[in-house]
Amino acid sequence: MDVVHPRETKKLLGVVPQENNLDPDFTTYENLLVYSRYFDISRSEAEEKAERLLEFVQLQEKREVLIDKLSGGMKRRLILARALLNDPKILILDEPTTGLDPQARHVIWEKLKSLKHEGITMILTTQYMEEAAQLCDRLIIMDYGKILVEGKPDELVKEYIGAGVLEVRGSPDILSCIMENEELKFEVVGDTVHVFTDKPEELMSTLLNRCKVDLTTIRAATLEDVFLKLTGRALRE
Amino acid sequence: MAGSYLRFPELSRRVWTVWKRNRDVFMKTYRVNFIPPFLEPLLYLAALGFGLGFYVGTVDGVPYAKFIAPSLLAISMMNSAFFECTYGSYVRMYYQKTFDAIIATPLSLEEVIGGELLWGATKSLINTSITLVVIVVFGLAALGTAIFIVPLAFLAGLLFSALAMCFTAIVPNIDSFNYPTFLLITPMFLFSGTFFPISSLPVAVQQVSVIFLPLVHVVNISRALTFGRLTAPLLLDLGWIAIVCVVLFTLSVKLMKKRLIV
Repeated sequence: MDVVHPRETKKLLGVVPQENNLDPDFTTYENLLVYSRYFDISRSEAEEKAERLLEFVQLQEKREVLIDKLSGGMKRRLILARALLNDPKILILDEPTTGLDPQARHVIWEKLKSLKHEGITMILTTQYMEEAAQLCDRLIIMDYGKILVEGKPDELVKEYIGAGVLEVRGSPDILSCIMENEELKFEVVGDTVHVFTDKPEELMSTLLNRCKVDLTTIRAATLEDVFLKLTGRALRE
Repeated sequence: MAGSYLRFPELSRRVWTVWKRNRDVFMKTYRVNFIPPFLEPLLYLAALGFGLGFYVGTVDGVPYAKFIAPSLLAISMMNSAFFECTYGSYVRMYYQKTFDAIIATPLSLEEVIGGELLWGATKSLINTSITLVVIVVFGLAALGTAIFIVPLAFLAGLLFSALAMCFTAIVPNIDSFNYPTFLLITPMFLFSGTFFPISSLPVAVQQVSVIFLPLVHVVNISRALTFGRLTAPLLLDLGWIAIVCVVLFTLSVKLMKKRLIV
């Protein structure tokens, strides 16, 4: 694709890159001021915006701290604040929470959800299926550069997996008993069989009677099930 | 494609936002930054100008300290710009990812490199001006013309910045800067009419130096300005610097684009 007006296009974008590229020569606050100059934002407006964005990402107390002294989660939040300096129409996020602890990840998700409610369009790439399920209205699953499916997260789960998953562990006899049922959709993962179904409870009692299964858990189907089903379980190396 | 190497990069006033970023970092530690350009000429003047100069006496009819004073100014222009746009720019480009962050904004890569080169020229101007103060205090410069050392420092600084940026665009890693430093900068430092007249070199070497070494021309002008003896052939030196500056500026931006985008 040719970008005809890269300058005008970039004015409308906010970018959260996968790799932290905050300016280590500056403090948290200075990072926002220096960056806003690249967007032709006046000094007074930049100061006002920097204050507001530091508050939004909860980093006011770190305003005079050099980047090296910030935690991983704080750096990601500051990058998010930096990406919002120019009031972007589209926010591009490349793995915004990779490597973060659960608390830090949830703070970022919460911020992204509130931005979504404000009407900012977001394009997000992620390896975390939970993140995709939490944040995306539409999603595309890609493998080796090819689009496999496209749709709404919950609809994809319903279509490819069903409502729930029965995870059955047990002796080879029990497992082969399950696998003999031709109408079942299942996948073998090590010593466990994942059975995909819309009616997990019913299926569970059927299997209890017919195959004498014992170690069984019922859980909701997730996007991760869809992803693994579509892309396979082989390591991507 | 070859034609694109001849086209001067498109720049806007946005280059100054990159320049300002580097200025702000410089000003954070300005006390330390002002020490080298102040101490270096003192050390050279003490050891070479007055120490070695005691035995040398005069060169071309001037005391040795006075002979090397303009060289110290020219060397200051070369070193401050060259090291800013090799090690300094490389760290910003490769380790700090500063260029990546900036080109996600309306700035183009050309403007980022343009800003870096202008900053390298500015570092030359700042350091050389401090060196000039030391030299004036020692009474080794003609005040009326020596003031033009300041704009010369910017122009020569731009040339050495662009030369440096060409290497920054092609080195595989930061240690590789040892090649241009020891194969180009150090010989130039010694053999450009800096510490002895270029006329004492073999004629063939003289000719090669005049054709290829920027410092030879910078020393010629710097010497004329500090001595207060302006002559017509200096225009040739100035022309050489201006032309090579434009060529290297264009080339360095192209090479950086090749490294970072294509």
